[in-house]
Amino acid sequence: MRRWKMQRNKTSRILRTMILAAAAIPSLILANGALQPRSVTAAEEKPGAITVTIDNFSFGPMQIEIKAGTEVTWINKDDVPHTVVSDDHKLFKSRALDTDEKFSFTFKDPGTYEYFCSVHPKMTGKIIVK
Amino acid sequence: MSDYIEKNQDNDGVDRRGFLKCMAWAGTGTFCLLQGGVLKSFALTDVLQKNVGNLKGDLSFVQLSDSHIGFNKPANPDVTGTLREAIAKVNALPTPPSFVLHTGDLTHLSKPEEFDTLAESLKSLKTDKIFYVPGEHDVLNDNGAMFHERFGQGTQGDGWYSFDQKGAHFIGLVNVLNLKAGGLGTLGHEQLEWLEKDVAKLKSSTPIVVFAHIPLWSVYPQWGWGTDDSEQALSYLKRFGSVTVLNGHIHQTMQKVEGNVTFHTACSTAFPQPQPGQADSPGPMKVPAEKLRGLLGITDVNFVRGKHTLAIVDSSL
Repeated sequence: MRRWKMQRNKTSRILRTMILAAAAIPSLILANGALQPRSVTAAEEKPGAITVTIDNFSFGPMQIEIKAGTEVTWINKDDVPHTVVSDDHKLFKSRALDTDEKFSFTFKDPGTYEYFCSVHPKMTGKIIVK
Repeated sequence: MSDYIEKNQDNDGVDRRGFLKCMAWAGTGTFCLLQGGVLKSFALTDVLQKNVGNLKGDLSFVQLSDSHIGFNKPANPDVTGTLREAIAKVNALPTPPSFVLHTGDLTHLSKPEEFDTLAESLKSLKTDKIFYVPGEHDVLNDNGAMFHERFGQGTQGDGWYSFDQKGAHFIGLVNVLNLKAGGLGTLGHEQLEWLEKDVAKLKSSTPIVVFAHIPLWSVYPQWGWGTDDSEQALSYLKRFGSVTVLNGHIHQTMQKVEGNVTFHTACSTAFPQPQPGQADSPGPMKVPAEKLRGLLGITDVNFVRGKHTLAIVDSSL
């Protein structure tokens, strides 16, 4: 029995996650320009902006802590459409994002905001605004 | 990861051996015979070699699923082409099917032009009628309004309905709307209530065929492959001697028998998806071009009145 795999390179995924986590420390990113993923570039264009990458049916990072007034941008790197919807279905709700499409929302008030993909509700994420 | 099947953690009755057998069918086609509520399955090639010729019944129909019109990435940049191949295969059947069921994900992005292409392509099907239920890809952005307007005329609630054909009762359910964070597919209270009433008037000897997009059994909840309130739906069908549940969504054939209920998922006409837990995510599986058609396909169902038998044949493209 042949086992089909669509597994992506795990090392590069881990590396990407690490880079995303390091996005909060700009000096570290600048020190390694060659490894900058596009999502980090977007964050750099607008100081204080944060990017969450949708990849392999998950939000990365799944949980982030930001300051009030920060704009969060989600970018879909999957081959299938995803959405970004706050659990209350009211605060924010993106249209279906096709590959490489983005959605942004600025969190003005402190609090904990849970969200999910309304197409694949197993995909969940959390934004903590301080 | 494969020990999910071996250990049967979700108590879903699928063992590893049986599961692998199912996967082997995906490329070769499956022949299934439902007798007294028990579905028997054989590789299509075996059936052909043994020349099993008594499959003609009172009713035959075909299940198409997951056409994803609008998808254009590896491994299938031409999903309209593979849909046409599936249609040609249906049209080549010795007896034209009484009707065709499309179990959802007609489109990839719910765009009007994608629905147009799908509808235009299916016009060439040699059959009397096509029945649809939506997939989650058909209800993006508008909660299914466009799908409902084009394919759900005359249905109840959010698009569910039933009809009778040659003594069998067919029920189309919608489990892709109003999904909740962290959950699976959902039927919802209103639909469940309707279902209970819909089957209340039927004799227990009536063969029941239920079709919906997301599986109504727990295939792999970690990937969202299941329906939160399917157990309640199935509880209304317990008294029936023969229940067959046809689903799509997971882009591969799988079967399970539980009491008098036989569950069956169909192949996609567009692209394959990995076996449960065999990849990081359930995204489209990228396979070599020459392998693609072996992993896509159609499902052909025959119903023989009086014997309560349904024969399901999966064919690759």
